[in-house]
Amino acid sequence: MSYELAFEVERGDFETAGGASRKIKKTLQQLGISSKIIRKVSIAGYEGEMNLAIHSWGGTILLEVAETEIILTIQDSGPGIPDLHLAMTEGWSTAGVEARRMGFGAGMGLPNMDRNADHFEIESKVGNGTKILMKFFL
Amino acid sequence: MDKLLHSVYLDEAKCLGCTTCLKNCPTGAIRVRGGKARINESKCIDCGECIRICPHQAKLAKTDPLSKINDYKYKVAIPAPAVLGQFKTSYSIDRILSAIKALGFDEVVEVAYGAEIVGRALKYEYHAKRYPKPLISSACPAVVKLIQVRFPELTDNVCRLKSPMALTARLVRKRLREQTDYQNKDIGIFFITPCAAKATMVNNPLISEYDQYDHIDGAIAIKDIFSDVSGLLNDCNLQEGIHNSTPEAFSWAVSGGESEYLKNKNVLHVDGIQNVISVLEEIECGKLDGIEFFEGLACIGGCVGGCLTVENNYVAKMYIQERAKQIKQESIIHLSEEYVKNIYNTGMMHIKERILPRNPEPLDADINKAIEKMKQIEMLESKLPGLDCGSCGAPGCRALAEDIVTGKAKEIDCIFVLKDRILELSQLTNELLQVEHPTGKTSE
Repeated sequence: MSYELAFEVERGDFETAGGASRKIKKTLQQLGISSKIIRKVSIAGYEGEMNLAIHSWGGTILLEVAETEIILTIQDSGPGIPDLHLAMTEGWSTAGVEARRMGFGAGMGLPNMDRNADHFEIESKVGNGTKILMKFFL
Repeated sequence: MDKLLHSVYLDEAKCLGCTTCLKNCPTGAIRVRGGKARINESKCIDCGECIRICPHQAKLAKTDPLSKINDYKYKVAIPAPAVLGQFKTSYSIDRILSAIKALGFDEVVEVAYGAEIVGRALKYEYHAKRYPKPLISSACPAVVKLIQVRFPELTDNVCRLKSPMALTARLVRKRLREQTDYQNKDIGIFFITPCAAKATMVNNPLISEYDQYDHIDGAIAIKDIFSDVSGLLNDCNLQEGIHNSTPEAFSWAVSGGESEYLKNKNVLHVDGIQNVISVLEEIECGKLDGIEFFEGLACIGGCVGGCLTVENNYVAKMYIQERAKQIKQESIIHLSEEYVKNIYNTGMMHIKERILPRNPEPLDADINKAIEKMKQIEMLESKLPGLDCGSCGAPGCRALAEDIVTGKAKEIDCIFVLKDRILELSQLTNELLQVEHPTGKTSE
C-alpha cells in the first residue's frame, strides 16, 4: 500500500509557498509517522518548495509514503543548474534580489536537503530542468 | 474542584449549537453534536479562544471561588502581573495588593517576584546549551500545549524552567515553613489568574510542572474578584512597601516582557494564538534559524489579554507600561545576582519531567491501514462542497471527511449531500409515479 500527494508550485509564489510543506506535515502526522522524521521531511520539503518558487520556472512536489520509506520528488521544467558541485556548496546562491529581500537565498537550500534526507539524488540539465529525489527511511 | 485535564467547559443550557466557536478553535477541538458544542479533551489546549468568541457566553473556564481560601489557616494570594493592568495607575501597586489582601488573605506576594528570578535565570539556562535553537519560552501553558499537540517536533526546544507562578509559590512555601509554625497543609496559596490555561496548570498536578513544594491550592479568576477589589481600593488598610517587583518583572504581563531579559540575543516575541501558530510553522521548517529565543503568548497583547481579565487588553498594556515608566526612578528591592544564581543552581527552578509530544492520534496504528483511510478521506473530501460552512458540526469539509472515516460522523451530516440525496429520491419518486400500473386507470 502506498500513498501519493502532489503539489504544483509556481515561480515567484513566495506568499503561498510553505503551503505544501504544511500539508505534507499534517498528512504525515495522520499517517502516524514519528515526529523526528516529520521534522526532517518538513525542512527538506520546505527548502524544495522554496527552490521551486525562487529558482525554477515552476514545478511539482510529489510525496510518496510506503511502509518502509517516504520519498519526496521535486521536479521542475527549467532552467537547470549549470554547475551542480557549486550549487551544493553551502552559502552559494543565485537567488534574485526579490528573493533575497524576503530573506531567502542564503545558499543553504540544497545542502540542507542533503543533510536531512537519508538518501539524496540530484539530476540537472540546463534546458531540461532539475529533478531531486529524497528518501527518508521509516 | 476535581482534578481536571482542562479548565474550559461548556454551559450546555446556554449553548445554541451555533458553530461560531468551531472555526475559531486553533486545534480543531470542537464539534457540534446534538446541538451542543462539545470539546475534544485530547485536542483542547485551554487557549480560551472559544470563551472569548462565544456570543452566548456558553464557554467558561473552571476556576476556584474565593471562599476556597477559608479551607486554610494561612492564606496567601499570588497575583499574576496582569492584575496590575486591570487598574488605573493612579492606584499604587501597594494599594492594589493591599485591596487584594483585604479580601481575606494573610499575605500577598506578586508572581512578578518569581518572574524576576526566572527572567534573570533565563540567560544561565540559555547558555546551558542543551536546547536546539531557538529556545522557546515555557511561560504560556497554552502555547506549550499547542507545541505538544501540533508541533511535537519542537518539544525539545521548550525551556524547562518553571513558570514564575510555580517558583513564587515554592519560595513562599519555603519561607513560611522555615519562619513560621504552619505546616505545609495549613498554607493555602492561591494564584489570581488571567486565563484558563494557568487554571488548568494549578488544578492538574499530573500535567503540571510543580511538585508538592510549590503546590498551589487554587486559581481564582481576576474577573471574579475584580469588583470586590475595586471596592476595597479606597477602603482598605494600605500597607506601604508590600510590592517587591521590578518593572521588568511585571512587564511579563505583556508580550515581549520575558524577552527583555535576553535582549542581547535575537529574540522574537509573538502574541495571539493564530500568529503564534504561523511563526511556529516557520520555525518548524527551519526558516527562522537566526532566532535564538522565541516567546509566544496565546492571548493578544500577552497575559493582559487573558480571557479571565476585565480591562481591554490594549488599555491594560498601557497601564503596565505607564507603571513601568513611573517606577523606573523609584528604588526597588533588587535581588542580587548571587541569589538568583544560587536558586538556579539548586535545581529547584527546573521542571523535572520532560515536555513530551502529545502527537495527534494517527488514523491507524498500522501504516497501511492509515494510508487506506487517508485515501478514503481524500475521496470523500472531493465529494463535499468545500464551503467549510460548519453546518455539519465540524469546522470544515476536510474535518468532516476525517470524522466520517474515523466513524464519528456520516456523509448526510453535510446538508448539501443530504439535499442531493433528497433530489435523487424525489426524482425516483417522480419516475415511479409515472409507471403505468396494470390494473390502474390512466388519469385524463
